Parts: sequence; structure tokens; C-alpha cells
Amino acid sequence: MMFGLELAYWQESILRSLGVLVAVLLPAGTFVYVFLFKMVSFMQNRLGPMEAGPYGSMQLLAEVGKALQKEDLVPDKADRTLFKLAPYLVVATVLLTYVAIPFGPDMVFIDNEFFGTGIFYVMAVSSISVIGIILAGWSSASKYALLGGIRAAGQLIAYELPLVLSVIGVVIQAGTLDLQRIVIAQATGEIFGWGGIGNPFILTQFIGLLIFMIALQAELAQTPFDMPVAESEVVGGYHVEYTGLRFLLFFIGEFATAGAFAAIAATLFLGGWWLPGLDLEASYMNVVGPLVLLGKMMIFGGIIFFIRFSYPRLREDQLQRFAWKFLIPLALVNITATAILKVVF
Amino acid sequence: MSSADTEAPVEDDAAQQEPDERRDALLAGLTERLGDDLLGSHLEPGINLWIRVTPEAWVPTMRHLRDDLGFRFFEFLSAIDWMPSPYGRYEEAAVDVDLHALRDAALAVDPTTFETGVAGGDTRFQVFARVVNVAERDLGIIVKADVPPSADDPAEPGAVGTIVAVYPGADWCEREVHEMYGIGFDGNPNLRSLYLPSAFEGHPLRKDFPLLARHVKPWPGIVDVEPMPGEAATPGADEEADG
Amino acid sequence: MTVTESEQLAYVAAKAADARVNVELETDEGMTLNIGPQHPATHGTLRIVAKLDGEQVLWVEPIMGYMHRGYEKLVEVRTYPQVTTLVNRIDWLAASCNETPFILATEQLMGVEAPLRAQYLRTIFHEMGRIAHLTMFLGDMGVQIGALTPMFYAMRDREFVLNQTESVSGGRFHPNFNRIGGLKDDIPKGWLEETIRVMRKMEAFCDQMENLLLGNEIFEQRTRGIGIIPAEIAQQYGLSGANLRASGVDWDLRRDVDSPMAWKHADFDVITHTDGDCYARTWVRLQETREACKIVTQLCEDLPSGPIMAKVPRIIKVPAGEAYVATENPLGEMGYYVVSQGDLGPFRVKIRTASFHNISIVPWVLRGVYVPDIISILGSLYFILGDIDR
Repeated sequence: MMFGLELAYWQESILRSLGVLVAVLLPAGTFVYVFLFKMVSFMQNRLGPMEAGPYGSMQLLAEVGKALQKEDLVPDKADRTLFKLAPYLVVATVLLTYVAIPFGPDMVFIDNEFFGTGIFYVMAVSSISVIGIILAGWSSASKYALLGGIRAAGQLIAYELPLVLSVIGVVIQAGTLDLQRIVIAQATGEIFGWGGIGNPFILTQFIGLLIFMIALQAELAQTPFDMPVAESEVVGGYHVEYTGLRFLLFFIGEFATAGAFAAIAATLFLGGWWLPGLDLEASYMNVVGPLVLLGKMMIFGGIIFFIRFSYPRLREDQLQRFAWKFLIPLALVNITATAILKVVF
Repeated sequence: MSSADTEAPVEDDAAQQEPDERRDALLAGLTERLGDDLLGSHLEPGINLWIRVTPEAWVPTMRHLRDDLGFRFFEFLSAIDWMPSPYGRYEEAAVDVDLHALRDAALAVDPTTFETGVAGGDTRFQVFARVVNVAERDLGIIVKADVPPSADDPAEPGAVGTIVAVYPGADWCEREVHEMYGIGFDGNPNLRSLYLPSAFEGHPLRKDFPLLARHVKPWPGIVDVEPMPGEAATPGADEEADG
Repeated sequence: MTVTESEQLAYVAAKAADARVNVELETDEGMTLNIGPQHPATHGTLRIVAKLDGEQVLWVEPIMGYMHRGYEKLVEVRTYPQVTTLVNRIDWLAASCNETPFILATEQLMGVEAPLRAQYLRTIFHEMGRIAHLTMFLGDMGVQIGALTPMFYAMRDREFVLNQTESVSGGRFHPNFNRIGGLKDDIPKGWLEETIRVMRKMEAFCDQMENLLLGNEIFEQRTRGIGIIPAEIAQQYGLSGANLRASGVDWDLRRDVDSPMAWKHADFDVITHTDGDCYARTWVRLQETREACKIVTQLCEDLPSGPIMAKVPRIIKVPAGEAYVATENPLGEMGYYVVSQGDLGPFRVKIRTASFHNISIVPWVLRGVYVPDIISILGSLYFILGDIDR
């Protein structure tokens, strides 16, 4: 993000940090407003927040303000250090995830032109949030939180595997781990010799996308996989004892993670910041690219939240069975098929 | 049942005859089986059948009903305290009364003089239960049993046998009766409190347990409507307890 | 003996040690989890103490009484018409249904029978109470299983039925409309046509719920084979209503007991199911809602004209006697055992409520299930706190 200016390293770092914050909070906020406040409300035959700002658009700011002025409560028997640390772990993880996502030909957060480990880095770093959630559940000194934390531990670890395995098909097809190069591979690829719309990997990796979306729903602890936060059973699950700013951090973490993974899904399967007909190298793509990516994120985010509010939740043992006995074998079959077909074609 | 008869069409009388036969047969069978244990009975044709048994025959009767006569559906179990309330009823309940004196006076009365209900009764407390035969149409039976006085304190009720082994659903009912009346159930290990906190003293549904709300504040009777703004309130209407 | 402050503190600390998870997990007995009294799933203030081994239940004990209002004591100081107002509030979602058995018992003791038009209207209100109640159940079952959206459709469609109740009696939840001998007032003009239209809407709602909720694979996975209650056990515990019919027992008080109500003039089916699991109970209630819509439509179309109140004296004095009348309420079988000694008020009223017996089976049925299944089973047994606690 040099904008043609010669900046000192520390100035660039500040700009990049601010950029990450904007890149994280803006999609999270948009997701919350469009999907949680409005789409869900319309599905449920109601209007949603309408008072704060035009059509309730400032509701998220109001919620942030409300959460910030709440009393700072830590349960008496809770482990104070871990209790306070857990939300920051979750949010730090998602901020780190955003670093690897390319928003345009030059709109990357890192110093080099290409981020070599790309998707591998994203998968590794996003697993750290699991620790944050388990810490939250365990240190809260509440049995409901403990139940939620234990459920989260089992579920999130179980669904990491399908998430990673579904991505390997894309990696094989693109021939690289780097997300920028995957976008370029989709943009410059060809379908049986016709290069009109490039080669978005959704056409060949549809099974991979399906597994990715299901595993993503579980990683975000959204219904039908919201056992950790099952409202009618463990009331709040791992975040039942959190209020105020810490609860807000969990909330933002959840939606920012949804945004991050929606962006990753868009990058891996739909072609990222590139649309057919646009020039891959042009400098105007640095402005258009993020908007294109945001649009694609909204598509995936819409799918995630639509399913969240339509389905009942699976029981813990049923979800484990689903992951281990169905999703992982399917993902392995997908990888094998991709590898074979890649060599053949 | 005067007014119903004059207006009822002929089918009702005919319908009343048939269940009569079923209930008559049931009563006859029970009389034969129970013999001296059957202390009283009452049959309302087409409506209900009551029998009263001795406390010793309480559990065997229920077992006989379930196993031999097919009354497998447990409806409820409860108790009645036949002592008339010493504090008066509804509007009669006054504020400045000596609750203890009234209570002691009432407890001194001989229980056999109480007016008990259908199928009779000899003691102050009675347990009764209803069970139903769901294979037949509209066939239920209400069984009553006197509760003998306790061996330690004749003023307190003693115990009858528990029917939990016959109808498991009676467990909670017996807990409630024990809590509300103080009646024991031999053989039920689970007679903890059901509704009331464990520190509660007394047995609320007994007639000598006063409903204190009526003695703290008198029943207001007919209360005058709030006056419209500008009109004067009618004086003194609320203070007199309208009888 | 007096207790020193340090002893008090030690006592409190010892009790608080119960909350410390580390200690509990080391014992063999399992972790005690208090579900309720404040909990989103327990329809009110029911407290369930569960002893868990991980996610599996070792034993469960329901503790009630948080809403005990002492009805059986309160009615001893009231006159018969006053008791009607009180009794509305036992099962507060379907209030007309609570009044009916008490009024019928009193009328049986007095020997009066309400005129035919009043019988029809009472039955219509009873069935409309059933529809409102079971609609709430269908939405609520979804919420317990995790589907948050059908609840909103249920509440929206329930408003139509409640509007009809309000237009007759002025009260959506506590109409307090039954009187001994008949009804308080006649129905307003145009009410019958509007009710028939509302019944069409409720049938459409039932179709929607069947597709949305019962057809969902995850819902089936969560409810099929869960909480199976055999027919014999159900009868011995006194389970009634849809719970009993879902276990295969063909017993419906509307059809099987003679009562001066208009069910004998309507043509409806009694739905049973053989499985006895949570899915069966939900399914039976869905079909019952449809049948109730059918009954209301038929009775509205055939409503006879005539008086709505029999000749009863202004001051109601009930002759001595005992009577027990039970009706098929939405929750199950609700009955009143009225003991009268010739006074203005009852001597004793024993209120037999359905939820009390429905919940008495909970310690038996919840052995060895998982924690999410506790919620499914409780939701499918369907209770109202006022009904349990009276």
C-alpha cells in the first residue's frame, strides 16, 4: 500500500495496520447489519432495528456504544487472566487471517509481492481461535460455559479437517498455495480452451465448495452446528459469563471470521477480486477489486446466515458422526479425483 | 336431577340405563370380592361410581383394580379434610379474630360428627383416588379410604399404604398429599416436599391452617367504581366490609 | 446455639464449593447441573437438577413449586362464580379450556344443563383455545430444537385466533367467559364467518409447519427414537392427551366420555401414533390442530339459535354432593373434583392437571439421555408451569 509515495517503514506499518482494521471491521459490520439485522428479520416476518439511523443502519454503532459502557464483570471463581485473555485471542486470530487475503493486484498487506504460504498460513492461524473459545468456556467457572467449551473443543477440532482437506483440491488445481497466484490462475485459466470467463474453481471443485461451506458453518459455531452456543440448552455456552466489551469482541470475532472465510471462499472458488472482462494488471483494479471481493463475500455470507436461521441444530454426537464418517471421506475422495483429473487433463 | 330430566330427550334416559348396568356389574363384582372391606358406595347412573374401603384394603383394592379389572390408567390421588373451617368462609372471615382460639375450639370437636361426602366416612381425613379403564368407554372409579389417626397423637392423621408399586404416577401425588395434609404413606421412601420449601412449617390444606390473607385484610365486598375527575368520591364505601 | 460469623462464612464457602468445577469432576458421581429455574427452555420456572456424566444424564429430578399459588386453598374461601375467574389462570395459554370442566362439574351438581347454543359455543371456544395452545407448541418445539424462525410464524398466526377470542370476550388470554348455566354474552355479528376464515388460515399454517419443521431431516434426527414412552408406562403415570395418544393408546375424552358439550355433534378423528417418541408427540399435536380447525368450522356452520344461558338463580347455591368432570384440554386431561356441602362456595376442589402427571414421568424417561435430548423431551411432553404448580 504505497500509493506511489516513499514512506518510512514505520509509516507503512501504521497504514497497513489501519488498513487491516478497516478491512476487518467494515465487512463484519456490513455482515451484521445486512444479514443479522435485516435479512434474518425479514425471514422471521419482522422489520429488525429501525430506529438508529435510516432503516436502522447505525444500530451497530449503538450496540458498540452500549457494550462499551457496561460494567466490567468477572465471575468470582473465574480464572481472571484466562477469562480476560480469551476474547483477545479470538479477535487477534481473525485479524491475522485477514492479512493473507488479496484485495487487488497491489492491495496486499504484506511487504513482498506474493505471500508464499497463503492458504496454509490462513488455516493454521484460524485454528488458534479454537483455543480462545475453549479458554473462555473453561475459565468462566460456570457449568454451562464449561459444557459449551467442551462441545466447542470437540466440534471445532473435528471440523478443521474437512475445512483443510476441501481446500487441497483447489491447491492442486491451481498448483500453488499463494492466494494471489490462485486468483491469477483462475483469471488466466481456460475451460476446455475457452478463456472467456477464466476458470473459476467452483466449476470443478463444487464438492470442495460444499464441504468448505459446511465445515465453515461448523467452524463459526452457527446453526445447524451451534451446539457450543445452543441458546435453549446451555443458554450462552462459552460466552454466557461475558458482558460489555469482551462480549462485543466475541461478537465481532464471530462476524469478522465469517467475513474472512467468506472472502477466502470467494478467493478460492469464485475468482477473488477479479471479474471477467477486467484487466488483471491495471491500477484501477486496486479500487474496483476490493468492491468486487466485497460483493462476493456478501454472496457467501448470505448463504451462511440463511442456513443459520433456517435449520434446527444437530446434537453433538450427530455432528461428530457427520464430520468423521461423511465429510472427511468425501473430502479425501475429492482430493483423489482432483489429482487424477489434473494429471489426465 | 330435576331440570335435566324434564328437558332431556328420551335418548338420555336410555343412555343412562346402559352404563348403569356396567357400573352396577362393577359394583357387584367389587362387593363380592371385597366383602367386609367395602364400607360404602355410591353410584350416580351414567356419571360416576364411588366406593369406600378400609385403610388396610386400600392397596389390595387398587392392585385388584389394575390387574384384574383393567383399570390401568391412573388419574389422580388426593385427600379431603372434612372438618368445617373454623375461620368462616369468604365474606365471613373477619380481621380481628383470635385464630388460635378458633382453631383449638374446632380441633376439639369429635371427627365422627363431621358431614362427610358420598360413600360416607368416619375420620377427619380421607384419601381418594380415581383410576380409569381406557379400554372401555367412560368407565372410571373413585376409591376412598379413611385415614386412621396416628398412634402417637390422635389429633394427627396416620398413614395408609402407598400405591406407588401399583401406579408409579402416584408418587408425586402422595408427596403432595403428605406435604399438604400430613398424611403418611407407608412404603413410599420419597415423601419429600413437592411445592413448598423444606423449611415450611405446617400443612397448608388442612382446614385449621388459616388463609392469612383473609385475616390480614378484609374481603372488600362490592367496591365502588373510581369517581370521574371532578366528581366527589362516595365516602366510606370501601371501609365497610360488605357482607 | 448461636452461629459465629466465621462459621457462617465457612458454611457459605462450603456450599459455593459445589460450583467449583474442579472438585466435581474428580468425583465419580458426576456433575450437577441446574437447568432452571431461569432458563430459556423450561417454559417458566421449573427447575431440573441433572446429574451428568459428561454429556450423559445419570439421573434427573424436577423441582417445582416456584409458581405454586395454592389454588386448592384459595377456592375454599370463594363462591362458585369467583372460582371461575381464578381457574382461568392455571393453564394460561388456553383459558377457556380451564373453565370448562369446573363449570361442567358445578352444573352436574346443580342438575342444570346449558342450552344447546351455549354448548356449541363453549365447544368452539374450547377448540379455539386448543388451536392457540398447539400453535404455540409447534413454534416452541422448533425453538427447543434450534430452529428459531418457525416460532415467529406461529406467533403471527396465533394472533388470528386470539383476536377472535378477544372480539367475543374482551380478553385474549383470560376471557373469563363461561358462566354456570351458559355463557356471559352472545357472539358479535359476523363472528362466525370471520372464525371460519381464520380456521382456513390456521390449516394453511399447519401445512406450512409440516413442511418446514417436521419435514426437516435434522429435526427428524433430533426427535425420532428419542424419549420413547411405552403405552403401559404412560398409562400408569397418568400421561394424557397427545402424549398418551402418541404412545398408541386410543383414548380421547371428547369422544369417549359423555358430556354436555357439542363434540358429539361434530365429526372428527382421534389421531394416534405407535412410536411414542418426541417426533410422534409433535406429529400427533400437529394433526390435532387440524382436527380442531375442522371441529370449529363444523360447529360454526351448524350453530343452533336459542338462549345462551339456562335458568339459574342469581345467587348460586350448589346442593351437597361430589362430582368429577374431566375434559380433553390441549395439555392433556384436566379435571375438577368438586365437593359441595350446599354452600355458596365449594368445600374442596381437587384440580387434576395434565402437566403435573406429564412431568411426573420425567425422572423415568430421562435416564441415560444426552443433555440436548433433555430439552427435546421436555419440549415434546409440553407443559405449562401454572398447570404443574397450580
